[in-house]
Amino acid sequence: MRSSKNALSSLWQTLFGHPVRAFGVVSLLLLISLAIAPAKNHFSEWRHYQKQYLSLIRTRGDAVTLQRHFHDGIQQIWLPQLGVVDRCTTCHVGLKEASLGYVSAQPFRPHPVIPHTSDQFGCVMCHRGQGAATTVEEAHSSTLAWEQPILPARYVQSSCGQCHRAALMGTPQLNTGRNLLSRYGCVHCHTIKLADGTAIKPTDDPPSLEHIADKTTREWIYAWLKDPQAYAVTATMPNFKLSDPDARDISAFLISNSTPIAGDTEPVSKEQKAPDPAAGASLYGESFCASCHAVQNAAGNVVGGDVGPELTRIGNKAKPEWLQAWLRNPRIYDPGTAMPHYRFTDQQVPLLAGFLGNKTDSDLLANVHLDAATPEQITHGKLLVTEYGCASCHQISGVKKPDNFAPELTHIGSKALTQIIFLPGMQHTLPDYISAKIRQPRSFGSALKMPQYTFAPVQIDALTTALLSLTDRAHDLPLSLTVPAQPPSHYQPAGKAGQLMADLACFSCHAINGRGSDMAPDLTWEGSSVQRPWLQAFLKNPGTLRPALIRRMPRFNLSDSDITELTDYIMTVYQTPAFDRDSMPSSGYPPAQVEQGKQLFYSKYACQSCHIIDTKVDKGYIGPTLTQVGSRLNAAWIYHWLKDPQAMRPGTTEPNRNMNDEDARALTAFLIGLKSSGKLEANK
Amino acid sequence: MTRCLRMLFVASVILGTGCSRKPGLVPALKPTAFGAALVESSGGKQIGATGMVLAQPLVVQVNDDQGAAVPGALVEFSGPGGVSFDPPRGLTDSSGQVATNVALGGMAGRYQLTARTPTKAQKPVELKIEEIALGYQQQVGYQLDDKFCARCHNPESSAERVSNYDNLEVKPHAFTEGDTLNKMSDADLTAIISHGGPALNKSPLMPPYGYTLSKTEIEALIAYIRLISDPPYHAAGVVYAQK
Repeated sequence: MRSSKNALSSLWQTLFGHPVRAFGVVSLLLLISLAIAPAKNHFSEWRHYQKQYLSLIRTRGDAVTLQRHFHDGIQQIWLPQLGVVDRCTTCHVGLKEASLGYVSAQPFRPHPVIPHTSDQFGCVMCHRGQGAATTVEEAHSSTLAWEQPILPARYVQSSCGQCHRAALMGTPQLNTGRNLLSRYGCVHCHTIKLADGTAIKPTDDPPSLEHIADKTTREWIYAWLKDPQAYAVTATMPNFKLSDPDARDISAFLISNSTPIAGDTEPVSKEQKAPDPAAGASLYGESFCASCHAVQNAAGNVVGGDVGPELTRIGNKAKPEWLQAWLRNPRIYDPGTAMPHYRFTDQQVPLLAGFLGNKTDSDLLANVHLDAATPEQITHGKLLVTEYGCASCHQISGVKKPDNFAPELTHIGSKALTQIIFLPGMQHTLPDYISAKIRQPRSFGSALKMPQYTFAPVQIDALTTALLSLTDRAHDLPLSLTVPAQPPSHYQPAGKAGQLMADLACFSCHAINGRGSDMAPDLTWEGSSVQRPWLQAFLKNPGTLRPALIRRMPRFNLSDSDITELTDYIMTVYQTPAFDRDSMPSSGYPPAQVEQGKQLFYSKYACQSCHIIDTKVDKGYIGPTLTQVGSRLNAAWIYHWLKDPQAMRPGTTEPNRNMNDEDARALTAFLIGLKSSGKLEANK
Repeated sequence: MTRCLRMLFVASVILGTGCSRKPGLVPALKPTAFGAALVESSGGKQIGATGMVLAQPLVVQVNDDQGAAVPGALVEFSGPGGVSFDPPRGLTDSSGQVATNVALGGMAGRYQLTARTPTKAQKPVELKIEEIALGYQQQVGYQLDDKFCARCHNPESSAERVSNYDNLEVKPHAFTEGDTLNKMSDADLTAIISHGGPALNKSPLMPPYGYTLSKTEIEALIAYIRLISDPPYHAAGVVYAQK
């Protein structure tokens, strides 16, 4: 102890014993401390990368060009309007050098081709991270002071969604995620408001449960509640992991709470003969039910559309009398259904209902045995229905739709990490948290109400991407930078025709004035496009225009007066202002012009790649068959279509051929001559 | 002094065990059986996007020397930097298969993945699987191909989409036909897409898309065609030393 004290005091004496010596030592210390900052700068990470870059490019043929582009020192992109201060380009020196395409080492890789440049938007707008940082650790990872880490590449499309509200061609993952948010009804419980103040709307249309006892049995409800995907693999209803007694009580409540609708519960008429399965199956095919409904085949593949529910085990669910009433007129049970009112005849209804009723799975309800419900069970069931927020999605009489049942997700993409409780062993990042929540919500606590969804890993990533796009920045962006989505169309056709179109659910397949689906052709200018007699005949008995399509217009058994009503409306209202439909005659073209058109069709424009005008010679499958196009289309429409197809129907596949007037006229003359007889008018 | 040393020793032991616990979190998988061959069941040759999970899981099967499936064999997956597997290793199920979800790396291009299974001879068998990652530009090209080109250029038909390939007198080249397409320059491809077949003295059955697609879209389409071609495409010109 004493010796060390002695040593210290002698050291002190040596250093500071004499004023001159003390001055020298202090100066030396000061000098050293002054050198720390420049030394730190000299040995900094970014200098190291810049040196590496220079030695990388030195040996290349284009070294001079690359060196001219290179700037020494800290680089910065400063965009005050966006609040961007990004120094990423200090280390990422080769971002704009396309010729470095073969360099895979970071940070020297060139940026892949995208529609924006870093000068416009900086880096952190898309990649997150700390733009102002100048060390890798601080820029990329989350630290105590800065918690925003780099966004993993698998979610990078979320950043596009901050400004772009409409679907983009290059961001399929984001588009899918947004569709899933609506299609799986996430937004029934979680409110998501967009920057313009509107909220995302669900598109899943969950059925009302007010008359459910008409439609199905308590046993089916029980089995469905326990495991919706056991009934239909494509079911969007999530699994609430209900206990047996809870499922029993909810089914008891729903049945006791249901009120009957006149007609739904009428017994099947006795005089109807036993359904013929073969005839039922062919009616199912002829009516193109598979355009909207899917059925799981023996190989386990789900085949068919996803507009309506899957029908693999419909016989287990629907009561036979309800199924008949539904097929007769679905609008009595559900006025807003996407299903058309088919106008099946009294012979057809039992055929189809019988065919569908045979689609059963004997295992589904085999182990479901429920005793009669007690009043306590019904009361408890109602309590559970309220607690689980069933009324957020379904209409249930006596239970009010809860407001803000689940946390609002409007700003979820910017949620602070300090507000998140992570699971042990989980990475502490926002994307990991969101995807874990979607994958297994109840792993965050067994008392949580959020149900279990059956999403594939790609779907979980897509949903996470869509949610990550909901950042603070998405709401604060200057309006000039946002690219809004097409505002939703609330177009409603007027009058009796409008009622008919609603009854036939035309919008479930066709779009008109921005409203409707893209399964079938857009009808906005249909009145300018087709000839009246053709439209009438088509509505009476829709033939096929495209032989390769499996989805076709079904036959609705429309009455003559209904057909006249619809035809009048379409021919009068759905007219394009772009041209006068009577501006070109439908016959009387000089034979030479017709012949010239035929030559152009086969040689110069080679339309037979995609279209058929002579079934013996042509095979083109992509466009509609044109064998009788002269009886179907209007001459002026053909002419204007040839001049610019996209102008007539945006998004059509037919390329714009930049056709001159003479060629367009000759082709029109040729095509309009292809009348119903199948022969050229000019040849007559 | 000795006490000091002892304390240091204890501290280092504690630290050491504390650190060594981390790898222990991944449960070690013990194979119960060994196979002799590894075959791909599904999930190879997929076209995905950079950084993203492939749509279909990668499924491989372990067989014995008789060709029968081996349950309980260990399969490990590996790939170049940036590729991740969920799970990275697994034991084969009752049908001898292991499935893993693959997320590709951040660079557009081809990714060669490896599945490996140990054998009785202690020399593991390997299986190489190739997947393609599209960047933003190639992704746009892929969508355009799907909308405008694939109906004729892709000979594969499905009930939902019947291919027009068989209907055409002059057969179009599939975009994967590297033997033909790799010989064409970007300028040639741009010409034939913009002005149609006759621009290169080819069939007029190929219509022009120069008035339908923008310049950027045509570039995107070419970037996509270049990426998926088989054999792979290498741009003409000087290829500098890679580092």
